Amino acid sequence: MTQVLNAPVFADVPVREFQPGPAGTHITIRGLTKYFAGWPLYEDFNLDIPKHKIVSVFGPNGCGKSTLINMIAGLIPIDKGEILFDGKSLKDTKIGYVFQNYREAMFPWMRTIDNIAYPLKLEGKSKAEVDRRMAELVASFDVKFDLNRYPYELSGGQQQTASIMRALAPNPEVLFLDEPFSALDFEMTLFIREKLQEVFMQTGTTMLLVSHDLEEAVYLADQVLLLTKRPTRVAEILPYGDARPRTVETLSEPGFISTKKLSLEIFQREVRR
Amino acid sequence: MDTASSTAATPAKPWTPPAAPAAVVQRTPALDKALPFIGPVVLFIIWDLVVRLGFIKAILLPPPIDALGALLSGLAGGPLLKDFAVTVWRTVQAFMIAAAVGMPLGVLLGSNEKAYRSVEFLIDFFRSTPSSALIPLFLMIFGVSDINKVAIAAFGALLIVVFNSAYGVINARKQRVMAAKVMGASRWQVFKDVLVWESLQPSFVGLRSAVSMALVIVIVAEMFIGADSGLGNRIINSQQVMNVKDMYASILAAGALGYALNILFLVLERRIVHWSGR
Repeated sequence: MTQVLNAPVFADVPVREFQPGPAGTHITIRGLTKYFAGWPLYEDFNLDIPKHKIVSVFGPNGCGKSTLINMIAGLIPIDKGEILFDGKSLKDTKIGYVFQNYREAMFPWMRTIDNIAYPLKLEGKSKAEVDRRMAELVASFDVKFDLNRYPYELSGGQQQTASIMRALAPNPEVLFLDEPFSALDFEMTLFIREKLQEVFMQTGTTMLLVSHDLEEAVYLADQVLLLTKRPTRVAEILPYGDARPRTVETLSEPGFISTKKLSLEIFQREVRR
Repeated sequence: MDTASSTAATPAKPWTPPAAPAAVVQRTPALDKALPFIGPVVLFIIWDLVVRLGFIKAILLPPPIDALGALLSGLAGGPLLKDFAVTVWRTVQAFMIAAAVGMPLGVLLGSNEKAYRSVEFLIDFFRSTPSSALIPLFLMIFGVSDINKVAIAAFGALLIVVFNSAYGVINARKQRVMAAKVMGASRWQVFKDVLVWESLQPSFVGLRSAVSMALVIVIVAEMFIGADSGLGNRIINSQQVMNVKDMYASILAAGALGYALNILFLVLERRIVHWSGR
């Protein structure tokens, strides 16, 4: 009597085969599902994010732009699905994250320089390595303010510059930016936008940018990812290929104008839907 | 004068956060500086008039000059100084115990919300119970001793420290915790690099209320738990023999002590938690 009688019946549910993204894909999102208060925000959401590109995320209010990048960055748990970075999980991936609210992202009990070096210290880097990397960062950001001050002694733009430096310090594979400009004045926005472009041209770090300003979203992007209202799906992915460095002149190029116009049309279509 | 020109220039400048204290060079007019003294001076004048005009008998209320004289001569090496020192020492002991036990305990409880929820009722209950109501209980445990007075003051102060430190951790800015996590910090690193620091400011609020509480309980205990020294004992003794001058001097000394401790902690907080309110 070795056979079990009346064993529980298993329905053999076939596991969906993993579909890799096209060549050059960095982040693969498959079957992502997230409920908020019982309502689906994302349901079976699939997306491929290309490597060494800047993708701007744009969409109607409340469609979960920030939620999407927070889920990819592991700040918000997902209900179902899979997110892979070059086939690796988040645990094995180095990421950087820039918050909208820099005031509550920096540690005011540390000097600005120690804030920037903090992720390196977490990695257990030696003092010499930390110092070398800090010198590199200071040079590439052309920092004009005193990093030995505490963050609250700096202006908003300086604090956001410092938090971008902190995010980039460990040479992350992906940089997430959650509305990094919306708490800044126009002058600082322009300055940091240019810095980001410079950094991208130097390093080619994959960037995921959430923005509520369409011009800004298109200006920095290689791809504009347009989302629908919830339950959120991809409305359209618009490529934008003007050469870098992009400048004020870029804003009046036909390529820029048409991409912006098309984005706006899709956005309005989705809002009205 | 430069005072006038700087006031005139201020509205034109954009608002800037008050930087280091040294940077605030704005001089206040003499009258503004005198403002804090007006209240006490008026009080002393009313006090003096009330006694002089005979509304209250001098046997119940001495003239303020006499009370102040007794306070100064007492503190300048008289017997009041000894009692003052004893009260300070008891308060300091009670406070040290409360801080040394309460802050780590509060931070630990706060970082484990389930643990905190399970003892929250106890903390809130005993925090709401007037500690002086527990004096008889402590009398049974410790007897009529010096330790008793310190123990009950430490108990009352401890709960305040625990409560404030725990809430400091629980209410830590979520985004700073997320920022540390996204940079790859472990639970322990988040605890020691973020939570402990975030809790410092509320902890200091707790320490400041705790030192006031410790002083109150020490004075009460000195009055009613057969003490032979301390300000509370001195107040009760002078009252019994109707030595009102000495009684008021002791009351003023106790008030000055409480006020000084409060200021001391405000200054300490501003130095240690330099980012508070920015």
